[in-house]
Amino acid sequence: MTTAIPNSYRSGPDERGHFGIFGGRFVAETLMPLILDLEKAYADAKADPAFQGEMNSYRTHYVGRPSPLYYAERLTEHLGGAKIYFKRDELNHTGSHKVNNVLGQIMLARRMGKKRIIAETGAGQHGVATATLCARFGLDCVVYMGAVDVERQQPNVLRMEMLGAKVIPVQSGARTLKDAMNEALRDWVTNVHNTFYCIGTVAGPHPYPMMVRDFQSVIGQETRTQMQEAEGRLPDSLVACIGGGSNAMGLFHPFLDDPSVEIFGVEAAGHGLTQLHAASIAGGRPGVLHGNRTYLLMDDDGQIAEAHSISAGLDYPGIGPEHSWLHEAKRVTYLSATDDEALDAFLLLSRLEGIIPALEPAHAVAKVMQLAPNKPKDHLMVVNLCGRGDKDVPQVGEILRKRAKQS
Amino acid sequence: MTSRMDARFAQLKSEGRSAFVTFVMGGDPDPETSLAIVKALPQAGADIIEIGMPFTDPMADGPSIQAAGLRALKAGMTLRKTLQLVRSFREGDAATPIVLMGYYNPIYIYGVDKFLDDAKSAGVDGLIIVDLPPEEDDELCIPALKAGLNFIRLATPTTDDKRLPAVLANTSGFVYYVSITGITGAAAADSSAVGSAVARIKRHTALPVCVGFGIRTPETARAIAAHADGAVVGTALVDALKASLDAEGRATAKTVNAVADLAAALAQGVRGAQQAAE
Repeated sequence: MTTAIPNSYRSGPDERGHFGIFGGRFVAETLMPLILDLEKAYADAKADPAFQGEMNSYRTHYVGRPSPLYYAERLTEHLGGAKIYFKRDELNHTGSHKVNNVLGQIMLARRMGKKRIIAETGAGQHGVATATLCARFGLDCVVYMGAVDVERQQPNVLRMEMLGAKVIPVQSGARTLKDAMNEALRDWVTNVHNTFYCIGTVAGPHPYPMMVRDFQSVIGQETRTQMQEAEGRLPDSLVACIGGGSNAMGLFHPFLDDPSVEIFGVEAAGHGLTQLHAASIAGGRPGVLHGNRTYLLMDDDGQIAEAHSISAGLDYPGIGPEHSWLHEAKRVTYLSATDDEALDAFLLLSRLEGIIPALEPAHAVAKVMQLAPNKPKDHLMVVNLCGRGDKDVPQVGEILRKRAKQS
Repeated sequence: MTSRMDARFAQLKSEGRSAFVTFVMGGDPDPETSLAIVKALPQAGADIIEIGMPFTDPMADGPSIQAAGLRALKAGMTLRKTLQLVRSFREGDAATPIVLMGYYNPIYIYGVDKFLDDAKSAGVDGLIIVDLPPEEDDELCIPALKAGLNFIRLATPTTDDKRLPAVLANTSGFVYYVSITGITGAAAADSSAVGSAVARIKRHTALPVCVGFGIRTPETARAIAAHADGAVVGTALVDALKASLDAEGRATAKTVNAVADLAAALAQGVRGAQQAAE
């Protein structure tokens, strides 16, 4: 059973930013000196108790951590199997887990003397978190967002603008998250001297995948402690949705070396895996984009494919490199949920638990609906509820109206 | 260095002038027209030709070259067809060095070893891969050098003296100095700043230094060429091509000449530089 596993799944990346063959630093020369500076600045900050202390203080008093670990009694009864807990990261200030990472990066940007912050955003949750902390610390904030996402996530666009950020709709490519990231990289190449690029997920060139994971790992660390308090032991399984995979990595990472904990990542299967989707591991293969080698959706010529998901936050043709490695190492099982499954989970959760989840974690809940009934009643399953659904209410309302008309 | 690249810079040195380096996107606006354009460039005065390998996500390129890549992809261009374009060009021109420029993923998916074999046999002389810094030299740079191809590195205003040796270590053919921090087709280069940057790079290497990004007119080309071993023009040629297309983005009877005529004017600018300097 324990043969052929590495000593630890938590020791990566190596000094060149590699998780196995994944990760790396595939960026233009203009950016390379900045990335090396960032790596050094992050290493210094990580070792500085004052930095950690200040971050913990903001986590407590500004973000509202720790987020609760909540026993979802009615969902548990409804599914009739595993005992289901929600890690309530949707209760954070700004409404998602994104703020955990942004807080860390903005504190680092201040330490590095950077006054201008840029970010890409899909659903707008990372953009809102970045705009929020830039407002809090008086920094200039520019957010790149695909024009399609600007359209379907209007509430978040308005929030960012009210917070003083400039939202730039990106018209290139499929006009979603991938294109927003291209445009943010172009801005960074142009404004290297004063600009800090606050990447929203565990992707991009080293040190971003490691750094974002570290900032998000507070999710899993709290979960360990809270589950000990609630049940006196570790959970038996973890489930989280994956676009780039930062909420999932944050929950998973502190448990990777606990072999008794089964771990499931849920990608977005869109219209289905044989049609348009955003499931890089299920439907892609290793390639190089946005500074790292990882699983990507692409054609036979290496041209990147356009992803599709009902959820703007999962609508990305890649995945963080550490997930690609955990997939190949078989430590984490990657599943996928379709748009329709996510929508059903969104509605079920709203009505059973009085929690309107974001469409992103609704993908995780959709798989819980299939996994939980097959588990014994003493099986402890934790789902990361990484975002709240307020931003999705207009979009889901529209879909429900269309459905009602058709029937 | 490949013999073609060697011979070309030796010839330019004997003529006492800088190189005029042109960039066009392979397959833009369609594979046939693109071949006709590439064939017309040496006649127009191009000393070295860079051919873009289209990619969906060109992170260091501005709107003009992004659009050129998408036009080419829409017209069915692939990496295999880009190599075919070079092969067809070589049937009529054994002397002009060809450099393929682009991003790593299509090559990685094609297979590095197979790509290097096919590029070499097609008559490619060098590679410029934007997203492969020295930190990733094991991926393609070292294998390319072993295969006898030049690996031409970009040096930028952010590449300081401490970092330059690492950037130059496995560079061959020439050094491509990116004259601005930014994307292709953005700001204009300032020729005096370029002059000191080129001098700084030359303190670290005996390789020729060509300068690109921000050169759009014969006048700028002349000013830059006075300070460097070569001037690279891309976006201006791509814009001239685009302006010649019909409403549906298809080539017209004017397309090849639109690019060749501008190239000829720019070549005159570059050639004027050394005369002025003499």
